[in-house]
Order: sequence, then structure tokens, then C-alpha cells
Amino acid sequence: MKIDKENVKRVARLARLELSDEETATMTRQLDTILQYVAKLDELDTSDVAVTTHPQDAVNTFRPDETRPSLPRDKALAASPLQNGEAFVVPRVI
Amino acid sequence: MYTMTIAQAREKIARGEISSVELVQSVLARIDAVEDRTKAYLALDREGALAAAEEADRKGGDGPLHGIPLSVKDVFCTKNLPTTCGSKMLAGFIPPYDATVIERLSDAGAIMLGKVAMDEFAMGSTSENCAFQVPENPWKPGYVTGGSSGGSAAAVAAEECFASLGSDTGGSIRQPASLCGIVGMKPTYGRVSRYGLVAFASSLDQVGPLTKDVRDCALMMNVIAGHDPRDSTSIVRDVPDYTTMLTEGLQRMRIGVPREYFGHGLDPEVEGAVRDGIAMLADAGAEIVDVTLPHTEYCVAVYYLIAPAEASSNLSRFDGVRFGHRDMDADSLIDMYRSSRSQGFGDEVKRRILIGTYALSAGYYDAYYKKASQVRTLIRDDFTRAFEQCDLLVSPVTPTPAWKIGEKSDDPLALYLSDILTISANLAGIPALSVPCGISKKGLPIGMQMQAAHFNEGTLLKAAWNLERRNGLNKQKPTLP
Repeated sequence: MKIDKENVKRVARLARLELSDEETATMTRQLDTILQYVAKLDELDTSDVAVTTHPQDAVNTFRPDETRPSLPRDKALAASPLQNGEAFVVPRVI
Repeated sequence: MYTMTIAQAREKIARGEISSVELVQSVLARIDAVEDRTKAYLALDREGALAAAEEADRKGGDGPLHGIPLSVKDVFCTKNLPTTCGSKMLAGFIPPYDATVIERLSDAGAIMLGKVAMDEFAMGSTSENCAFQVPENPWKPGYVTGGSSGGSAAAVAAEECFASLGSDTGGSIRQPASLCGIVGMKPTYGRVSRYGLVAFASSLDQVGPLTKDVRDCALMMNVIAGHDPRDSTSIVRDVPDYTTMLTEGLQRMRIGVPREYFGHGLDPEVEGAVRDGIAMLADAGAEIVDVTLPHTEYCVAVYYLIAPAEASSNLSRFDGVRFGHRDMDADSLIDMYRSSRSQGFGDEVKRRILIGTYALSAGYYDAYYKKASQVRTLIRDDFTRAFEQCDLLVSPVTPTPAWKIGEKSDDPLALYLSDILTISANLAGIPALSVPCGISKKGLPIGMQMQAAHFNEGTLLKAAWNLERRNGLNKQKPTLP
């Protein structure tokens, strides 16, 4: 599969990244090299192979659904670039 | 005093021969002497460390790390210290809580010196992707430390701390440990809590120690290992006293040499040092057997799909809202996300987010992510079969010793390929360590990798300790000002 500049721009939009024309050109070249390399996996027939998504055989672990102390609001807000003491502030959406 | 190991310093403190304040002062003086050369520390908390040491001396205590000054990779959340992950995205970020491993170190009596350099968001093999400074190999000026835990490895090798904590997603503890001539262990996936570790690739990341010798590695593992209710991927399982594994002789131990790990591109000096190490393990009583891990050649391709895929998802949290960099000039929400992320992330992080997003996007998921997850099963099965024939696998950690800063930075794929010997352990979730086994003609350290079946960290430590006793490389140190 060949990746071109349009693909890279589309993926950048999905990833919420902005690339300059120069960055787009460099990334296209580098991503193409990397994707050509990973195409090596096509040498293997995996039609009967199960996927591994997790290195241990653990299943979901749950804790009791009990209220516990959580981060106080001022501390949770403290690292935000913009907040008003009650909430995170972002540019208007509607 | 800074030249001691944890075990030695701990004993002297317990006997009242030295104080923690003296120990911290000694290490701070050492940092002042060599930090210009190593550039390991991103944040150094002199006052905090001295105050904690005074308190440790005043109150006393019998914690296994009582009074011992340590550093940690800047990937762990620390309540009172900046946590940057080596990224402009998190410049100035001070987390509201401590990672579980930071709490455990503190509960054990350790003194926190500060945070050390790393590749941005742990993505890299040289620490050159650190947005603030590039650490240098203590053994040779201008040479890479390895990465991504390069600051940890440099700080330990230069004795600017007694030990450090790192994280390992594809070799990020073992590879810099090898290139800087110290011991580094990636424990079994699930052995150590990751609560408060800034996530890179969640099915691969694991926390582990970088230390001056094998005993200190065991001591650190005793402190950090164990279940944490705040990390549901950590496993409920007893933690042995790892120091009891450090016993003489390897009789009844079968050590496998995977032939695929000695292939094309392996530096002859590295191969020679590893083969010498294998001979020492045989002298110690181990039986050496040939084994095969037939899917090794596919591990880089699998890793560079799975790790970026998971990273693209994990790093979506950096959007300029709750923490980190924000473009204050953007006037719509989407533009704010896009420009904040584009300004905050460096090239390698962007590259991996793009690969990952592409591999997970509609129409490509089956060809890339699913395919890689299936080949991951084949790689895991290779190890299962190998561990039916042996207790331990030994190999080089990296195909070459450290190289010059800047030498490979223009070719991402060439750098990815240098990870070929360390990646598989993360894909399979097994424990692995690096222990020094030689020094090249140019004066650069060479490490041996040991890999074992899930939860067999003790086997790794026993074999590594037997090797260290025989080659004495824990006593060889770099020449620094």
C-alpha cells in the first residue's frame, strides 16, 4: 500500500494535528518507508491465528462500586491552561 | 560516599556510620561535578532532598531504602515536582498526585533527588528526542545514552544517584542500561503498578529499576513489585524477596541461546562479549542449549504498528484543556486542539501518532493492527515453546555499542531496527534484564540480555548475579571529571 500526501493530510486531520507543507512531505516519505517495511507481515499466513491484545490472560478486574475520596476540584483544575475556579474553559463550541 | 551501592549505603546508615544528609550532600556534589557533561537531570530538588534526608535522619527508620537518594525518569507523576515527559507539551506541568511507584519508594524511605531526561513521551532509542536537553553517555563524550530512559541510565552510570526508575515499552530500560554499562530490568507485564506512569503503549509499558549492580536491582524490585488496586492490569500475586535468589552456582539451570539473536548486523565485538558471558554462565554450572525463536524477524514490524496505534489513542488526552500546552490564540475548539498539539509535540511523537492513527483507521485496521496482533501471538508462542526447553534466554541487548549523537537521527526506520533484540519481551510480556558483559575497544559498555518466562524475575537476577560475580564489571566505572 502506497501512502501519499493526501492520505497523510487526512490522517493528520483525524489525529488533530496540523502539518506544514514541508512536514507533510517529510512525513509522507518517512511513513511510506515504514509502511513498506511493516508490509513484511504479509509474508505470514495468519488466517487461523488468534489476536493477542494483552500479554497476560487476565480478564476484567473490578473493584466494589463504593464512593471514595477523589481529587478536590481546585487541585484537579490547577494544571489547566484556562479555568475559572469551577470548570475548564474552552473556546465556544456552539 | 556516592560511589557506594544501595546495599552498602543502607548498611552504613543502619550502623549509624553515615547519615542520609551526608549521603545526599555527597551525591549533590557529584551532580555539580559531572552534570555539565552528562546532562541527565531535567529537575533537581536540592532543598527537598536535603529536607527529606534531615527528616529521615531525625526520625530513623528501617525501610529497605531508608535515607537513599534516587532519581526517576520524568515519565512518573510526582506531586511536587514538574513532570514533563521530555515534551514541550507538558513543560511546567505539576501533577496533583504521586505515581504508585513513587509512593512505594517514599514509603521505603527513599529520598527523591529529581527527574531525569528521556525521549519525548518515551518514544526513541537515544534520548535525542528530549525537548529540553540531550543526555550524554558517561563513558564517552558526544555519544548517546540510549533511550528512552537515557537520563536514568546516565545518572546511575555517572553515580549522580544510587538508582533510578525507568519505563520500558520496547527496550527503554534495558537498552540504555546496556549502552551505559549498568543493570536494568523490565519486569513481567503486570508485576509493577503503572498508576501515575504517563502511558505510551498500554499493552507493552512496564516500570522497572536501573541500578549499579544486580543486588540493588533485586532490592528495588522488592520495593516496587506487587498488586495495586489503582492499576487493574497489575497482577495479584505474592512478591518474593528477590535478594534470596542471589546464590552462587547455576547448576540445574538451562540457558537457551536463540540463534536468531546472533544474526546479520551484529557487531563482532558485541557478539564476542556476549559469547564470553555465556562461557562464564556455563562455568557457573549452567547447561547451554540452542533454541529458536522463528518469528524474531517480524517483531519490529509488529511493534511499530501496535505501539504507535496504542500511543495515538493514549496521547489524545493532550488536547490543551486539562493540562499541558494550549494555543491561547485559537478561536474554535477543533483549531485549539490541532494547534496546541502541533505546537506541543515533537516530530517523532507526531510521526508515531500518524502511523498509529493510520493503522487504526477505517479500511486499514485489518491489514495493519489486526495483522500485527495476530503475529504478536506467533511471537508469544515462540517464547512459550522456547521456555519448555530452557529457564532463561541470553543474547545481546543491542546490535552495537553506543553511537555518536546525531548519527542515526535522520532515518527513523534504521533506529527502529536497532530495537530488534529488546522488543519481543514487551510483545510477549515476559521479564528481561540487561547486565554488563564487556567493554568495547573504544571504551563503550556492552550488555547481555536475559529473558525468562512470566514472573521469573528471580531466575534472571540469579543468573545475572552469577555473571557479575565472575566478570566484575559492576566495579568498572566511566572516567568523569
